[in-house]
Amino acid sequence: MFAFSLKKTLLSTAFFALIISSSFASKEVSIESQTYNPVPSIMHHISDSHEWHLWGEGDQSFSISLPIILYSNSFHFFMSSAFRHDENAKHIVTSKESKFVNLHGKIYELDSGETELVFDQEHQLLNASIPLDFSITKNVASMLIGLVLLLLVFIISGFKAKKNNGAPSGMLSFLEPIVLFVRDDIVKPNIGKQYKKFLPYLLTLFFFILINNLLGLLPGSANVTGNIAITLVLSCITLIVTNLSGNKSYWGHIFNPPGVPLALMPIMIPIELVGIFTKPFALMIRLFANISAGHIIILSLISLIFMAQSGLGNIAAWGLSPVAVIFVLFMDLIEVLVAFLQAYIFTLLTSLFIGLATVEHH
Amino acid sequence: MNSMQLVTPAIGLMFWTIVIFILLLLILKKFAWKPILKAVDDRNRSIKDALSSAEKAKEEMEQLSADNDKILSEARIERDSIIKEAREIKEKTISEAKSKATKEAEKIIIDAKQQIKNEQMKAMIELKNEIADISIQMAEKILKTELKDAKSQKKLIEKDLKNQMN
Repeated sequence: MFAFSLKKTLLSTAFFALIISSSFASKEVSIESQTYNPVPSIMHHISDSHEWHLWGEGDQSFSISLPIILYSNSFHFFMSSAFRHDENAKHIVTSKESKFVNLHGKIYELDSGETELVFDQEHQLLNASIPLDFSITKNVASMLIGLVLLLLVFIISGFKAKKNNGAPSGMLSFLEPIVLFVRDDIVKPNIGKQYKKFLPYLLTLFFFILINNLLGLLPGSANVTGNIAITLVLSCITLIVTNLSGNKSYWGHIFNPPGVPLALMPIMIPIELVGIFTKPFALMIRLFANISAGHIIILSLISLIFMAQSGLGNIAAWGLSPVAVIFVLFMDLIEVLVAFLQAYIFTLLTSLFIGLATVEHH
Repeated sequence: MNSMQLVTPAIGLMFWTIVIFILLLLILKKFAWKPILKAVDDRNRSIKDALSSAEKAKEEMEQLSADNDKILSEARIERDSIIKEAREIKEKTISEAKSKATKEAEKIIIDAKQQIKNEQMKAMIELKNEIADISIQMAEKILKTELKDAKSQKKLIEKDLKNQMN
Protein backbone atom coordinates (compact mmCIF):
# COMPACT_ATOMS: atom_id res chain seq x y z
CA MET A 1 0.00 0.00 0.00
CA PHE A 2 2.90 2.28 0.58
CA ALA A 3 3.92 1.57 -2.97
CA PHE A 4 0.46 2.63 -4.03
CA SER A 5 0.80 6.02 -2.39
CA LEU A 6 4.30 6.40 -3.78
CA LYS A 7 2.94 5.66 -7.21
CA LYS A 8 0.29 8.31 -6.75
CA THR A 9 2.85 10.87 -5.69
CA LEU A 10 5.09 10.03 -8.63
CA LEU A 11 2.17 10.19 -11.02
CA SER A 12 1.04 13.53 -9.78
CA THR A 13 4.57 14.90 -9.94
CA ALA A 14 4.97 13.70 -13.50
CA PHE A 15 1.61 15.15 -14.42
CA PHE A 16 2.58 18.47 -12.92
CA ALA A 17 5.89 18.55 -14.69
CA LEU A 18 4.14 17.84 -17.97
CA ILE A 19 1.54 20.58 -17.58
CA ILE A 20 3.96 23.16 -16.35
CA SER A 21 6.70 22.45 -18.88
CA SER A 22 4.35 22.34 -21.86
CA SER A 23 2.13 25.31 -21.15
CA PHE A 24 4.64 27.54 -19.49
CA ALA A 25 7.64 26.81 -21.68
CA SER A 26 7.59 30.11 -23.51
CA LYS A 27 7.09 32.20 -20.40
CA GLU A 28 9.56 30.55 -18.12
CA VAL A 29 11.10 33.75 -16.92
CA SER A 30 7.87 35.33 -15.90
CA ILE A 31 6.68 32.18 -14.15
CA GLU A 32 9.43 32.49 -11.61
CA SER A 33 8.19 35.80 -10.37
CA GLN A 34 4.46 35.68 -10.93
CA THR A 35 3.14 32.14 -10.73
CA TYR A 36 0.84 31.31 -7.92
CA ASN A 37 2.64 29.04 -5.49
CA PRO A 38 0.20 26.30 -4.37
CA VAL A 39 2.43 24.82 -1.67
CA PRO A 40 1.51 27.11 1.25
CA SER A 41 -2.22 26.81 0.70
CA ILE A 42 -1.99 23.05 0.19
CA MET A 43 0.07 22.69 3.35
CA HIS A 44 -2.42 24.90 5.14
CA HIS A 45 -5.30 22.72 3.98
CA ILE A 46 -3.80 19.43 5.08
CA SER A 47 -2.52 20.75 8.41
CA ASP A 48 -4.41 21.02 11.63
CA SER A 49 -5.68 24.45 12.60
CA HIS A 50 -7.09 26.25 15.61
CA GLU A 51 -10.05 27.53 13.65
CA TRP A 52 -12.21 25.85 11.06
CA HIS A 53 -11.58 27.97 8.02
CA LEU A 54 -14.29 27.77 5.38
CA TRP A 55 -13.71 30.56 2.86
CA GLY A 56 -12.20 34.00 2.38
CA GLU A 57 -8.76 35.39 2.98
CA GLY A 58 -7.23 37.30 5.87
CA ASP A 59 -9.66 39.55 7.74
CA GLN A 60 -12.46 38.68 5.33
CA SER A 61 -12.18 34.97 5.92
CA PHE A 62 -15.11 33.10 7.33
CA SER A 63 -14.23 30.46 9.83
CA ILE A 64 -15.82 28.59 12.69
CA SER A 65 -14.26 29.60 15.97
CA LEU A 66 -13.02 26.69 18.04
CA PRO A 67 -12.13 26.57 21.72
CA ILE A 68 -8.47 26.93 22.64
CA ILE A 69 -7.27 25.15 25.77
CA LEU A 70 -3.70 25.84 26.87
CA TYR A 71 -1.72 24.81 29.88
CA SER A 72 1.27 26.69 31.19
CA ASN A 73 1.30 26.89 34.98
CA SER A 74 -2.49 27.18 34.80
CA PHE A 75 -5.21 26.40 32.26
CA HIS A 76 -6.27 29.06 29.75
CA PHE A 77 -9.53 28.90 27.84
CA PHE A 78 -10.59 31.19 25.04
CA MET A 79 -12.05 30.95 21.56
CA SER A 80 -9.87 30.97 18.49
CA SER A 81 -11.73 34.03 17.22
CA ALA A 82 -9.69 35.99 19.77
CA PHE A 83 -6.76 35.80 17.33
CA ARG A 84 -8.89 37.37 14.57
CA HIS A 85 -7.60 35.02 11.87
CA ASP A 86 -4.04 36.14 12.62
CA GLU A 87 -1.37 33.50 12.05
CA ASN A 88 1.62 35.80 11.90
CA ALA A 89 2.06 36.50 15.60
CA LYS A 90 0.71 40.04 15.20
CA HIS A 91 -2.36 39.86 17.40
CA ILE A 92 -1.71 39.25 21.09
CA VAL A 93 -4.36 37.49 23.17
CA THR A 94 -4.14 38.05 26.90
CA SER A 95 -5.53 35.43 29.25
CA LYS A 96 -4.88 35.50 33.01
CA GLU A 97 -1.95 37.88 32.44
CA SER A 98 -0.35 35.50 29.96
CA LYS A 99 0.12 36.73 26.40
CA PHE A 100 -0.37 34.36 23.48
CA VAL A 101 0.31 34.75 19.80
CA ASN A 102 -0.46 32.44 16.88
CA LEU A 103 2.41 31.89 14.46
CA HIS A 104 1.61 29.62 11.50
CA GLY A 105 -1.03 27.80 13.50
CA LYS A 106 1.17 27.24 16.52
CA ILE A 107 0.49 29.09 19.77
CA TYR A 108 3.35 30.69 21.68
CA GLU A 109 3.30 32.28 25.08
CA LEU A 110 5.29 35.50 25.17
CA ASP A 111 7.56 36.02 28.12
CA SER A 112 6.37 38.74 30.46
CA GLY A 113 7.00 42.21 29.14
CA GLU A 114 7.53 41.09 25.54
CA THR A 115 5.23 42.28 22.77
CA GLU A 116 6.67 40.51 19.75
CA LEU A 117 8.25 37.13 18.94
CA VAL A 118 11.98 37.39 18.46
CA PHE A 119 14.01 34.75 16.68
CA ASP A 120 17.75 34.49 16.35
CA GLN A 121 19.43 33.78 13.05
CA GLU A 122 18.95 30.02 13.36
CA HIS A 123 15.21 30.49 13.89
CA GLN A 124 15.48 29.69 17.57
CA LEU A 125 12.82 31.30 19.69
CA LEU A 126 14.30 33.76 22.16
CA ASN A 127 11.51 35.34 24.15
CA ALA A 128 8.61 32.94 24.23
CA SER A 129 7.69 29.43 25.36
CA ILE A 130 5.36 26.84 23.90
CA PRO A 131 2.42 26.02 26.20
CA LEU A 132 0.83 22.57 26.26
CA ASP A 133 -1.89 22.86 23.67
CA PHE A 134 -5.04 20.81 24.31
CA SER A 135 -7.18 22.94 22.02
CA ILE A 136 -10.20 21.57 20.26
CA THR A 137 -8.57 22.05 16.89
CA LYS A 138 -10.14 21.46 13.50
CA ASN A 139 -9.05 17.82 13.59
CA VAL A 140 -10.40 17.28 17.09
CA ALA A 141 -13.68 18.92 16.08
CA SER A 142 -13.83 16.72 13.00
CA MET A 143 -13.14 13.64 15.12
CA LEU A 144 -15.91 14.70 17.49
CA ILE A 145 -18.30 14.99 14.55
CA GLY A 146 -17.19 11.52 13.48
CA LEU A 147 -17.71 10.29 17.03
CA VAL A 148 -21.23 11.72 17.16
CA LEU A 149 -22.08 10.26 13.76
CA LEU A 150 -20.78 6.82 14.67
CA LEU A 151 -22.51 6.83 18.03
CA LEU A 152 -25.78 7.97 16.51
CA VAL A 153 -25.74 5.44 13.73
CA PHE A 154 -24.51 2.50 15.77
CA ILE A 155 -26.50 3.09 18.93
CA ILE A 156 -29.68 3.25 16.85
CA SER A 157 -28.60 0.08 15.05
CA GLY A 158 -27.74 -1.53 18.38
CA PHE A 159 -31.18 -0.80 19.75
CA LYS A 160 -32.73 -2.10 16.58
CA ALA A 161 -30.69 -5.26 16.83
CA LYS A 162 -31.75 -5.73 20.43
CA LYS A 163 -35.41 -5.20 19.69
CA ASN A 164 -35.81 -7.07 16.44
CA ASN A 165 -35.20 -10.78 16.25
CA GLY A 166 -35.97 -11.13 12.58
CA ALA A 167 -34.17 -9.77 9.56
CA PRO A 168 -32.20 -6.51 9.96
CA SER A 169 -33.97 -3.40 8.74
CA GLY A 170 -33.07 0.17 7.90
CA MET A 171 -29.65 1.37 8.93
CA LEU A 172 -28.79 -1.96 10.50
CA SER A 173 -29.28 -3.78 7.21
CA PHE A 174 -26.61 -1.54 5.68
CA LEU A 175 -24.17 -1.67 8.59
CA GLU A 176 -24.54 -5.32 9.49
CA PRO A 177 -22.84 -6.66 6.35
CA ILE A 178 -19.89 -4.33 6.99
CA VAL A 179 -19.66 -5.44 10.62
CA LEU A 180 -19.86 -9.06 9.49
CA PHE A 181 -17.28 -8.42 6.78
CA VAL A 182 -14.88 -7.10 9.42
CA ARG A 183 -15.62 -10.06 11.67
CA ASP A 184 -15.62 -12.86 9.12
CA ASP A 185 -13.11 -11.65 6.55
CA ILE A 186 -10.64 -9.58 8.56
CA VAL A 187 -10.62 -10.60 12.19
CA LYS A 188 -11.57 -14.29 12.22
CA PRO A 189 -9.12 -15.56 9.58
CA ASN A 190 -6.20 -13.63 11.07
CA ILE A 191 -6.67 -14.10 14.79
CA GLY A 192 -8.37 -17.46 14.90
CA LYS A 193 -10.10 -18.96 17.89
CA GLN A 194 -9.73 -16.13 20.39
CA TYR A 195 -10.91 -13.43 17.99
CA LYS A 196 -13.87 -12.48 20.15
CA LYS A 197 -11.71 -10.70 22.70
CA PHE A 198 -10.29 -8.32 20.09
CA LEU A 199 -13.41 -7.87 17.97
CA PRO A 200 -14.79 -4.72 19.68
CA TYR A 201 -11.43 -2.96 19.37
CA LEU A 202 -10.95 -3.93 15.73
CA LEU A 203 -14.50 -3.00 14.76
CA THR A 204 -14.13 0.36 16.45
CA LEU A 205 -10.77 0.86 14.75
CA PHE A 206 -12.21 0.06 11.33
CA PHE A 207 -15.18 2.37 11.64
CA PHE A 208 -13.15 5.14 13.29
CA ILE A 209 -10.68 5.19 10.41
CA LEU A 210 -13.42 4.80 7.83
CA ILE A 211 -15.61 7.63 9.08
CA ASN A 212 -12.65 9.97 9.42
CA ASN A 213 -11.38 9.04 5.95
CA LEU A 214 -14.79 9.74 4.50
CA LEU A 215 -15.36 12.94 6.46
CA GLY A 216 -11.96 14.12 5.22
CA LEU A 217 -13.22 13.89 1.65
CA LEU A 218 -15.94 16.48 2.18
CA PRO A 219 -15.04 19.94 0.91
CA GLY A 220 -13.81 22.19 3.71
CA SER A 221 -13.27 19.29 6.07
CA ALA A 222 -10.25 18.38 8.13
CA ASN A 223 -7.47 15.99 7.16
CA VAL A 224 -7.89 13.75 10.20
CA THR A 225 -6.47 10.39 9.19
CA GLY A 226 -3.77 12.20 7.21
CA ASN A 227 -2.44 13.66 10.42
CA ILE A 228 0.55 11.92 11.92
CA ALA A 229 -0.56 12.47 15.52
CA ILE A 230 -3.77 10.50 14.94
CA THR A 231 -2.16 7.66 13.01
CA LEU A 232 0.56 7.58 15.69
CA VAL A 233 -2.04 7.09 18.42
CA LEU A 234 -3.84 4.40 16.45
CA SER A 235 -0.64 2.51 15.72
CA CYS A 236 0.49 2.89 19.35
CA ILE A 237 -2.77 1.26 20.45
CA THR A 238 -2.03 -1.56 17.99
CA LEU A 239 1.49 -1.83 19.45
CA ILE A 240 0.18 -2.01 23.01
CA VAL A 241 -2.64 -4.46 22.23
CA THR A 242 -0.34 -6.70 20.20
CA ASN A 243 2.39 -6.87 22.83
CA LEU A 244 0.07 -7.19 25.80
CA SER A 245 -1.65 -10.14 24.13
CA GLY A 246 1.66 -11.69 23.03
CA ASN A 247 2.01 -15.23 24.32
CA LYS A 248 5.05 -17.29 25.29
CA SER A 249 5.91 -18.33 21.76
CA TYR A 250 5.69 -14.72 20.53
CA TRP A 251 8.24 -13.55 23.09
CA GLY A 252 10.21 -16.74 22.52
CA HIS A 253 10.56 -15.81 18.87
CA ILE A 254 11.92 -12.43 19.85
CA PHE A 255 14.35 -13.31 22.62
CA ASN A 256 15.25 -16.79 21.46
CA PRO A 257 14.63 -17.00 17.71
CA PRO A 258 14.40 -20.70 16.84
CA GLY A 259 17.09 -22.09 14.55
CA VAL A 260 19.44 -19.16 15.00
CA PRO A 261 23.04 -19.97 15.98
CA LEU A 262 24.11 -18.59 19.33
CA ALA A 263 26.71 -16.37 17.71
CA LEU A 264 24.01 -14.51 15.78
CA MET A 265 21.87 -13.83 18.84
CA PRO A 266 23.40 -10.43 19.58
CA ILE A 267 22.31 -9.36 16.08
CA MET A 268 19.00 -11.18 15.85
CA ILE A 269 17.54 -10.09 19.18
CA PRO A 270 17.91 -6.35 18.48
CA ILE A 271 16.49 -6.89 15.01
CA GLU A 272 13.49 -8.69 16.48
CA LEU A 273 13.08 -5.98 19.09
CA VAL A 274 13.14 -3.30 16.40
CA GLY A 275 10.64 -5.42 14.52
CA ILE A 276 8.13 -4.92 17.33
CA PHE A 277 8.15 -1.22 16.54
CA THR A 278 8.55 -1.24 12.77
CA LYS A 279 5.24 -2.98 12.21
CA PRO A 280 3.07 -0.32 13.89
CA PHE A 281 5.39 2.35 12.52
CA ALA A 282 4.60 1.17 9.01
CA LEU A 283 0.90 1.29 9.88
CA MET A 284 1.27 4.88 11.05
CA ILE A 285 3.12 6.00 7.92
CA ARG A 286 0.85 4.07 5.55
CA LEU A 287 -2.39 5.64 6.69
CA PHE A 288 -0.89 9.12 7.10
CA ALA A 289 0.84 9.07 3.71
CA ASN A 290 -2.07 7.63 1.76
CA ILE A 291 -4.66 10.04 3.04
CA SER A 292 -2.36 13.05 2.91
CA ALA A 293 -1.23 12.14 -0.59
CA GLY A 294 -4.82 11.93 -1.76
CA HIS A 295 -5.57 15.35 -0.31
CA ILE A 296 -2.43 16.83 -1.82
CA ILE A 297 -3.26 15.50 -5.26
CA ILE A 298 -6.80 16.86 -5.18
CA LEU A 299 -5.60 20.23 -3.89
CA SER A 300 -2.84 20.31 -6.49
CA LEU A 301 -5.31 19.66 -9.28
CA ILE A 302 -7.49 22.51 -8.06
CA SER A 303 -4.42 24.72 -7.71
CA LEU A 304 -3.70 24.12 -11.39
CA ILE A 305 -6.54 26.51 -12.20
CA PHE A 306 -5.01 29.28 -10.13
CA MET A 307 -1.56 28.55 -11.48
CA ALA A 308 -2.94 28.87 -14.99
CA GLN A 309 -4.67 32.10 -14.06
CA SER A 310 -1.53 33.69 -12.66
CA GLY A 311 0.68 32.35 -15.43
CA LEU A 312 -1.52 32.47 -18.54
CA GLY A 313 -4.51 34.61 -17.66
CA ASN A 314 -8.18 34.15 -17.00
CA ILE A 315 -9.08 32.46 -20.28
CA ALA A 316 -6.53 29.72 -19.75
CA ALA A 317 -7.83 29.27 -16.22
CA TRP A 318 -11.40 28.88 -17.48
CA GLY A 319 -10.18 26.51 -20.16
CA LEU A 320 -8.28 24.41 -17.71
CA SER A 321 -10.95 24.30 -15.03
CA PRO A 322 -13.16 21.60 -16.66
CA VAL A 323 -10.11 19.39 -17.05
CA ALA A 324 -9.11 20.00 -13.45
CA VAL A 325 -12.66 19.35 -12.27
CA ILE A 326 -12.82 16.05 -14.13
CA PHE A 327 -9.48 15.02 -12.68
CA VAL A 328 -10.57 16.03 -9.19
CA LEU A 329 -13.78 14.09 -9.60
CA PHE A 330 -11.79 11.06 -10.69
CA MET A 331 -9.41 11.46 -7.76
CA ASP A 332 -12.31 11.89 -5.35
CA LEU A 333 -13.77 8.59 -6.49
CA ILE A 334 -10.40 6.94 -6.04
CA GLU A 335 -10.20 8.50 -2.59
CA VAL A 336 -13.53 6.98 -1.63
CA LEU A 337 -12.05 3.62 -2.55
CA VAL A 338 -8.87 4.47 -0.65
CA ALA A 339 -10.93 5.48 2.38
CA PHE A 340 -12.38 1.97 2.56
CA LEU A 341 -9.14 0.33 1.52
CA GLN A 342 -7.03 2.04 4.17
CA ALA A 343 -9.53 1.32 6.93
CA TYR A 344 -9.52 -2.30 5.73
CA ILE A 345 -5.74 -2.53 5.58
CA PHE A 346 -5.14 -0.93 8.96
CA THR A 347 -7.64 -3.31 10.56
CA LEU A 348 -6.35 -6.29 8.59
CA LEU A 349 -2.73 -5.70 9.54
CA THR A 350 -3.61 -5.01 13.17
CA SER A 351 -5.50 -8.29 13.37
CA LEU A 352 -2.64 -10.01 11.57
CA PHE A 353 -0.16 -8.71 14.16
CA ILE A 354 -2.46 -9.76 16.98
CA GLY A 355 -2.87 -13.13 15.31
CA LEU A 356 0.89 -13.57 15.05
CA ALA A 357 1.30 -12.64 18.71
CA THR A 358 -1.40 -15.00 19.95
CA VAL A 359 -1.01 -17.99 17.64
CA GLU A 360 -0.34 -21.29 19.39
CA HIS A 361 2.69 -23.08 18.00
CA HIS A 362 2.65 -26.81 18.10
CA MET B 1 5.01 26.92 7.18
CA ASN B 2 7.59 24.38 8.15
CA SER B 3 7.20 21.10 6.27
CA MET B 4 8.52 19.26 9.29
CA GLN B 5 5.31 20.27 11.02
CA LEU B 6 3.49 17.76 8.84
CA VAL B 7 5.34 14.87 10.44
CA THR B 8 5.51 16.28 13.95
CA PRO B 9 2.71 14.86 16.06
CA ALA B 10 0.93 17.44 18.20
CA ILE B 11 0.51 16.43 21.84
CA GLY B 12 -2.96 17.92 22.20
CA LEU B 13 -4.24 16.16 19.11
CA MET B 14 -2.83 12.86 20.36
CA PHE B 15 -4.50 13.39 23.71
CA TRP B 16 -7.88 14.06 22.13
CA THR B 17 -7.49 11.14 19.73
CA ILE B 18 -6.89 8.78 22.65
CA VAL B 19 -9.85 10.21 24.55
CA ILE B 20 -12.19 10.04 21.56
CA PHE B 21 -11.07 6.58 20.48
CA ILE B 22 -11.40 5.06 23.94
CA LEU B 23 -14.78 6.74 24.44
CA LEU B 24 -15.91 5.39 21.09
CA LEU B 25 -14.62 1.92 21.92
CA LEU B 26 -16.35 1.76 25.30
CA ILE B 27 -19.69 3.11 24.12
CA LEU B 28 -19.82 1.14 20.89
CA LYS B 29 -18.77 -2.05 22.65
CA LYS B 30 -21.71 -1.80 25.01
CA PHE B 31 -24.38 -0.31 22.76
CA ALA B 32 -23.47 -1.47 19.29
CA TRP B 33 -21.10 -4.42 18.90
CA LYS B 34 -22.63 -6.53 21.65
CA PRO B 35 -26.29 -6.25 20.55
CA ILE B 36 -25.50 -6.38 16.83
CA LEU B 37 -23.26 -9.42 17.07
CA LYS B 38 -25.64 -11.07 19.49
CA ALA B 39 -28.53 -10.47 17.10
CA VAL B 40 -26.50 -11.96 14.25
CA ASP B 41 -25.52 -14.98 16.31
CA ASP B 42 -29.09 -15.44 17.51
CA ARG B 43 -30.35 -15.23 13.97
CA ASN B 44 -27.77 -17.73 12.77
CA ARG B 45 -28.77 -20.06 15.56
CA SER B 46 -32.48 -19.69 14.87
CA ILE B 47 -31.92 -20.29 11.15
CA LYS B 48 -29.89 -23.37 11.94
CA ASP B 49 -32.58 -24.56 14.38
CA ALA B 50 -35.31 -23.89 11.85
CA LEU B 51 -33.45 -25.82 9.19
CA SER B 52 -32.77 -28.77 11.45
CA SER B 53 -36.35 -28.86 12.72
CA ALA B 54 -37.59 -28.73 9.13
CA GLU B 55 -35.30 -31.64 8.37
CA LYS B 56 -36.64 -33.44 11.39
CA ALA B 57 -40.22 -32.73 10.35
CA LYS B 58 -39.44 -34.04 6.90
CA GLU B 59 -37.99 -37.19 8.39
CA GLU B 60 -41.03 -37.55 10.61
CA MET B 61 -43.29 -37.11 7.63
CA GLU B 62 -41.39 -39.79 5.78
CA GLN B 63 -41.58 -42.02 8.82
CA LEU B 64 -45.28 -41.28 9.09
CA SER B 65 -46.01 -42.09 5.49
CA ALA B 66 -43.93 -45.24 5.79
CA ASP B 67 -45.99 -46.13 8.87
CA ASN B 68 -49.16 -45.38 6.95
CA ASP B 69 -48.08 -47.67 4.16
CA LYS B 70 -47.22 -50.33 6.67
CA ILE B 71 -50.56 -49.98 8.41
CA LEU B 72 -52.35 -50.00 5.09
CA SER B 73 -50.60 -53.09 3.90
CA GLU B 74 -51.21 -54.77 7.25
CA ALA B 75 -54.85 -53.83 7.00
CA ARG B 76 -54.97 -55.24 3.51
CA ILE B 77 -53.39 -58.48 4.67
CA GLU B 78 -55.80 -58.65 7.55
CA ARG B 79 -58.73 -57.96 5.30
CA ASP B 80 -57.60 -60.72 2.97
CA SER B 81 -57.17 -63.13 5.83
CA ILE B 82 -60.56 -62.21 7.27
CA ILE B 83 -62.20 -62.75 3.91
CA LYS B 84 -60.38 -66.03 3.52
CA GLU B 85 -61.40 -67.16 6.96
CA ALA B 86 -64.96 -66.12 6.32
CA ARG B 87 -64.98 -68.08 3.10
CA GLU B 88 -63.52 -71.08 4.85
CA ILE B 89 -66.11 -70.79 7.59
CA LYS B 90 -68.83 -70.46 5.03
CA GLU B 91 -67.68 -73.51 3.12
CA LYS B 92 -67.20 -75.46 6.29
CA THR B 93 -70.63 -74.46 7.49
CA ILE B 94 -72.18 -75.37 4.20
CA SER B 95 -70.42 -78.72 4.01
CA GLU B 96 -71.18 -79.44 7.63
CA ALA B 97 -74.75 -78.55 7.07
CA LYS B 98 -74.81 -80.68 3.99
CA SER B 99 -73.31 -83.69 5.69
CA LYS B 100 -75.52 -83.22 8.70
CA ALA B 101 -78.54 -82.97 6.48
CA THR B 102 -77.49 -86.05 4.56
CA LYS B 103 -76.93 -87.92 7.77
CA GLU B 104 -80.25 -86.75 9.09
CA ALA B 105 -81.95 -87.74 5.90
CA GLU B 106 -80.32 -91.13 5.95
CA LYS B 107 -81.28 -91.55 9.53
CA ILE B 108 -84.82 -90.50 8.75
CA ILE B 109 -84.90 -92.90 5.84
CA ILE B 110 -83.48 -95.72 7.95
CA ASP B 111 -85.95 -94.94 10.69
CA ALA B 112 -88.70 -94.76 8.20
CA LYS B 113 -87.66 -98.08 6.69
CA GLN B 114 -87.42 -99.62 10.13
CA GLN B 115 -90.77 -98.26 11.03
CA ILE B 116 -92.20 -99.46 7.77
CA LYS B 117 -90.69 -102.87 8.46
CA ASN B 118 -92.02 -102.83 11.97
CA GLU B 119 -95.40 -101.72 10.76
CA GLN B 120 -95.28 -104.41 8.10
CA MET B 121 -94.32 -106.93 10.66
CA LYS B 122 -96.96 -105.76 12.99
CA ALA B 123 -99.45 -105.74 10.17
CA MET B 124 -98.31 -109.20 9.17
CA ILE B 125 -98.70 -110.53 12.69
CA GLU B 126 -102.02 -108.87 12.98
CA LEU B 127 -102.99 -110.22 9.61
CA LYS B 128 -101.78 -113.64 10.61
CA ASN B 129 -103.68 -113.46 13.81
CA GLU B 130 -106.67 -112.16 11.94
CA ILE B 131 -106.33 -114.88 9.35
CA ALA B 132 -105.89 -117.46 12.13
CA ASP B 133 -108.94 -116.11 13.86
CA ILE B 134 -110.87 -115.98 10.63
CA SER B 135 -109.59 -119.49 9.79
CA ILE B 136 -110.61 -120.79 13.20
CA GLN B 137 -113.97 -119.09 12.85
CA MET B 138 -114.30 -120.41 9.36
CA ALA B 139 -113.15 -123.80 10.49
CA GLU B 140 -115.59 -123.65 13.34
CA LYS B 141 -118.32 -122.59 10.88
CA ILE B 142 -117.29 -125.25 8.44
CA LEU B 143 -117.06 -127.82 11.19
CA LYS B 144 -120.44 -126.72 12.46
CA THR B 145 -121.92 -127.02 9.01
CA GLU B 146 -120.06 -130.22 8.10
CA LEU B 147 -120.77 -131.98 11.33
CA LYS B 148 -124.30 -130.77 11.90
CA ASP B 149 -125.71 -134.12 11.31
CA ALA B 150 -124.56 -137.61 11.50
CA LYS B 151 -124.68 -138.15 7.83
CA SER B 152 -122.20 -135.49 7.02
CA GLN B 153 -119.94 -136.74 9.88
CA LYS B 154 -119.94 -140.13 8.39
CA LYS B 155 -119.26 -138.81 4.91
CA LEU B 156 -116.23 -136.94 6.22
CA ILE B 157 -114.83 -139.86 8.02
CA GLU B 158 -115.19 -141.91 4.96
CA LYS B 159 -113.55 -139.31 2.87
CA ASP B 160 -110.64 -139.23 5.30
CA LEU B 161 -110.40 -142.86 5.43
CA LYS B 162 -110.46 -142.96 1.68
CA ASN B 163 -107.64 -140.49 1.51
CA GLN B 164 -105.62 -142.41 4.12
CA MET B 165 -106.08 -145.59 2.24
CA ASN B 166 -104.70 -144.16 -0.88
